[in-house]
Amino acid sequence: MSVAVRIIPKLDIKGPNLVKGVHLEGLRVLGKPEVFAKYYYEQGADELFYQDVVASLYGRNSLQEIISKTAKEIFIPLTVGGGIRTIEDISNLLRAGADKVSINTAAIENPGLITEASNIFGASTIVVSIEAIKQADGRYFAFTDNGRNSTGKEILSWAKEAELLGAGEIVITLVDSEGTGKGFDLEIIKKISNSLSIPLVVHGGVGNNIHVYDLLSYVPVSGIAISSMFHYNTIHHLRDLGGYEAEGNIDFLKSNRSLSFIQNTSIGQLKDYLIEKNVNCRKHERKN
Amino acid sequence: MLTVESMKEKIKIAIIDYNMSNIFSIKNAIDLLGFESLVTSDKKEILMADGAILPGVGSFPEAMKHLYDRKLINPIESFISSGKPFLGICLGFQLMFEESNEFENTMGLGIFNGKVKNFQDISSEIKVPHVGWNFVSKNNTQSNYKDPLPKLKNKEHFYFVHSCYVDPTEEDIVYTTTEYSGNRFTSSVISNNIFGFQFHPEKSGPEGIGLLNEIFKK
Repeated sequence: MSVAVRIIPKLDIKGPNLVKGVHLEGLRVLGKPEVFAKYYYEQGADELFYQDVVASLYGRNSLQEIISKTAKEIFIPLTVGGGIRTIEDISNLLRAGADKVSINTAAIENPGLITEASNIFGASTIVVSIEAIKQADGRYFAFTDNGRNSTGKEILSWAKEAELLGAGEIVITLVDSEGTGKGFDLEIIKKISNSLSIPLVVHGGVGNNIHVYDLLSYVPVSGIAISSMFHYNTIHHLRDLGGYEAEGNIDFLKSNRSLSFIQNTSIGQLKDYLIEKNVNCRKHERKN
Repeated sequence: MLTVESMKEKIKIAIIDYNMSNIFSIKNAIDLLGFESLVTSDKKEILMADGAILPGVGSFPEAMKHLYDRKLINPIESFISSGKPFLGICLGFQLMFEESNEFENTMGLGIFNGKVKNFQDISSEIKVPHVGWNFVSKNNTQSNYKDPLPKLKNKEHFYFVHSCYVDPTEEDIVYTTTEYSGNRFTSSVISNNIFGFQFHPEKSGPEGIGLLNEIFKK
């Protein structure tokens, strides 16, 4: 493999705030996305993934302003998702500075959008995002609206269909482990990866460095999107600098209750660990 | 408040606008570096600039058509012969060669000898586009060689998105190469004041921004 594995901080956005939940629910405000994004850039993030977590519910996309601000000081690929329904939505986000857009609900409701967008903007610009929830019979089904609505689509066939329709990349969120820090279901990731010939990015469940290494040594996915682990590290870092003021639910953070499964690791530390294990990932001169 | 610093003439960089790409990232990068960016298809503005960038994302035939329609070919040639730094990025880099077989055979600007080819012509097994962070290795590492971009470390990762690659006739313009799916291709060329990058410096983090600075600072 010659292309480096991408370590991608995922930033869930609600209005002007960075938020984080568990299983995509129970969102808590963590702070200003631009502060987190800048720290991730300096720490060597390979891409940033912004998701407007309420856009689909309200049928709007409020990320444009955040993206155009971000693109002025952050020079790595930016992927943006949430509430994208039309070619015009895509065009507006690309013009704001996004490099790729991620589509979930609209891709399910109107699969033709994938093909049309891929033809207009190039396949490498179009990411199809799948929220996967495990069913009683062991199969995984695709959901929309942060795991609220079942689509009736089994994820292996849906991912393949999205590829054939023209998607350039698949991002899979394992909702069952999302926000828990308990690691991934490696078997399902292997199955999806084997069925696809386009890049696969996995999200949902990383709690420590070993989870990342175990996944990469079992399935050579193209990227791993991580939120909780990096966000909590950022908060610790900002607190140490005395610059962290949460506007939201800081009691949750102070209690550290939900964080017991999550290691305090920065992107830089994760990459140092992976490079030591001979994983091909991008090394970067970091500010510390 | 006007300081001596802010009254100094800024270095002007023309970003050639021919309707073929997301030029905002390049503009943002040039602005961040403290240069003055001019997104333009105006011949005079291009020729007056201290440096110029030919960006580009999309298809080779369409790009050449836009350059013809906007009468940009002569200004580009004149700019290059002025000796000021000129940088082609991605498709803008490929356009500097003689011809491409992407979709249909199309003549390029012919600034360099050689052709643009698709990875899938080597083997249909090779996945295109080549997307992601990949190593660039310097071609000439001899100690007596005067490196035009000494800040670029050998074997650094840069960000690529492309399906075609250039195959230059003259080996001595090849500055770096990159390996993809077992094939080594030319990832950058340098010849005097002419620079060409297959990767996107404006998407390659602080190292990419550093290269832009090294090329255009006086």
